Amino acid sequence: MLERLQREFGVTDINELKPGLTSLKVARDKTETLIRELRDREGYTHLNFMTVIDYIEDGIFTIVYMLHNYDNKDTLSIHVDIGRDGEDMVSIHHLWAQAWTYQRELREAYGIRFPGSPRLDEDFVLEGWDQIPPMRREFDTKKFSEERFGHREGRSSEEPREHMKVNLYPNRGGDEQ
Amino acid sequence: MIKSLSTEDTLENAGLTEEEQQLFCNARPKQYEPYPIKAVEDFANWARANSLWILAFGTGCGAIELRPLMTARFDANRFGVAGRPTPRQSSVFVIGGYASVKTLKRIIRSYEQMQGPKFVIALGICPVNGGMYFDSYNTINQFDMYLPVDLYITGCMPRPEVLVAGIVELQKKIKQGRCDGANRYIENFDWYKANQKKVIKNWDMPDYNW
Amino acid sequence: MTHSTGHSASLDFPQPEPLDLSSGKYVKLWQGPQHPGITGNMSLELTLCGDEIVECKTHVGYLHRAFEKLMERRTYIQNFTVVCRIAVPEPTFNEYLYAQAIEELSGIEVPERAVWLRTLNLELMRLASFLMWIGGLSGAFGQYTVPNWTLAHRDYVLDLFEEMTGARIYHMYIVPGGVRAGLPDGFEQRAREIMDSTEKLLVQIERVMFNNTVFKTRSKGLGIITPDMIDPYGIVGPNARACGFARDLRKDEPYLAYDQLDFDVVTDNDSDAYSRAYCRLQETRQSISLIRQCLDNAPTDGPFQADMPNVLHWKVPAGETYVKAECTRGEYGYYIVSDGSEYIRRVHVRGPSYTHAIAVMERLAVGTNIADIAGLMVSLHTYPPEIER
Repeated sequence: MLERLQREFGVTDINELKPGLTSLKVARDKTETLIRELRDREGYTHLNFMTVIDYIEDGIFTIVYMLHNYDNKDTLSIHVDIGRDGEDMVSIHHLWAQAWTYQRELREAYGIRFPGSPRLDEDFVLEGWDQIPPMRREFDTKKFSEERFGHREGRSSEEPREHMKVNLYPNRGGDEQ
Repeated sequence: MIKSLSTEDTLENAGLTEEEQQLFCNARPKQYEPYPIKAVEDFANWARANSLWILAFGTGCGAIELRPLMTARFDANRFGVAGRPTPRQSSVFVIGGYASVKTLKRIIRSYEQMQGPKFVIALGICPVNGGMYFDSYNTINQFDMYLPVDLYITGCMPRPEVLVAGIVELQKKIKQGRCDGANRYIENFDWYKANQKKVIKNWDMPDYNW
Repeated sequence: MTHSTGHSASLDFPQPEPLDLSSGKYVKLWQGPQHPGITGNMSLELTLCGDEIVECKTHVGYLHRAFEKLMERRTYIQNFTVVCRIAVPEPTFNEYLYAQAIEELSGIEVPERAVWLRTLNLELMRLASFLMWIGGLSGAFGQYTVPNWTLAHRDYVLDLFEEMTGARIYHMYIVPGGVRAGLPDGFEQRAREIMDSTEKLLVQIERVMFNNTVFKTRSKGLGIITPDMIDPYGIVGPNARACGFARDLRKDEPYLAYDQLDFDVVTDNDSDAYSRAYCRLQETRQSISLIRQCLDNAPTDGPFQADMPNVLHWKVPAGETYVKAECTRGEYGYYIVSDGSEYIRRVHVRGPSYTHAIAVMERLAVGTNIADIAGLMVSLHTYPPEIER
């Protein structure tokens, strides 16, 4: 099957991560046809989830679709790279009746748009959010929390590594592996 | 029709549309005045302390231990504690741990709808200083900046036994007349409102939910 | 393909007709977040025509703590205190899956005894969760005897947890490389006693609740999930099994010690609220039997923790993995991406409530009666914290 996908959809980077879980990469334009093919012809009928990995160093978002085949108990993790700066992604809401919720979440958490997906611009988990999408890696949640919510006096925290080295095991000269 | 009030007694209700402003009362809330005779006030406090009705609003993970507390094994009914489905009938608000910004808005709304005298119990470390969510962008760090808290109960989760201990402690405080959270809220109303509006960005409710 | 689920045709997303709210025919009603008939802290925006629901929108996010973001900021071992808080009534699955995922990535072998203790822990968790759920469903249909029984018995199970792990709710028992402790003395006997009494309780519950006319009339025919909904909506767990799909990860892709345990997948065919409830009652019995088998078979000595690298310098090799386990609601999954540093790159938690509470609920609610909405909601068995995380 994988050879056929390679031939017809230009699938690259096929990796068997563990028995029953394979990852592959496909171009953005071929995503919808590939997923439809997998669902209708190959029996990958269950969408486990879809999510995004933020590779800020490379300037890309990797969208991950996890598809499961109940008959041969095989899972495919389909990776699609898109640009980080406002690039759209193909919506798959017409393939799975649950997909629109994931797309709504990703729109809110990362700011990726999925044209055509229903109720895309409604608030999902946030309300009255006025910053950049919070799951993007450049968003510093600690700094934001300090500015917006403040901290009570007296809260202190230790860096565990330093604390162990200095306070708990001063004679061992650190905690070398 | 709403009675017209002098300007210092009214609230702006700026978050509402003009049409909605006609629907909501814009009077400023007033502090609770104790009975002039001390014995009567003490009697009232004794009565309040022995019928604490908890609002059934599980605002966070702490709600999970309220169920064992209210049912057969720990049976909080022994202390006059009962769960009520609506804020209008309840006198105790249990904040179940962390409060996200979205929930905080509902908490404020429910709290203001409760009839006085009313008390707030906060569970766990999260309402005190954010707890393990101190760096989360969606949970507030100091709950008492937004609503007055009468009693903190420690633990994550607080066990039902410690909840019972907390209730007994709250009763003691009420009987001594030391639970003045609701009065503090009215006294520092503008400070609390300013804090609330600082974190709740889509303020589309009246300034005080009567 | 064994299951034909109508996938050959493209799925048209149901676009509801816009309702004219000013016509006076409809009433908009919010159920939740402050409402006794709602599971946890979430809300439903209902549009009613008379007492029939014509539109339902789920609103979530009241419990959003941004776990996935927080976990990117913490080292691998620090995350342990955080993961168990993702699903409050069932923290153990988070611990197990997180540990399992990073063990897979870094190639740590878990000792035999720890495998059995983990299985025991997970099954106890399923039992506790089911007991609370049965009480919740019964309460949603207006009977308050059963919740008192089940919650008291759930408490006995929590006592077992306390003995085993030291905590009632958030155990943090399953750690990478194994578990934190073995079983205390006399645990086995006490566990067996509690299993016996719980089994007796289930007989009572079946008599009082499942043979009760009120419960039967109200739950039969409520919220029917048709077989062609299963795959498009991603319905898993007892909700799918009540529809005749014998899908159980413990059987299909056995993890831990489940391949050495003897059990059958519980299925039913009616797929309404009653049948889902009955499936879960049977699974509660199954859990008791599995706990007994675990107690019989678990090795009593040997190491319960593998040798671990220094956690302060712990770097997990780069890679990605997806692990899943069968919790009470179905497939619970962790997708972890590591980039070889001390911090996690990305973690995605797949909670079964995600689809059950939003897409499925919005579909099933249409056409039901306002009085049944709480029962329908509970019968899908959703926990809001795992939706928004």
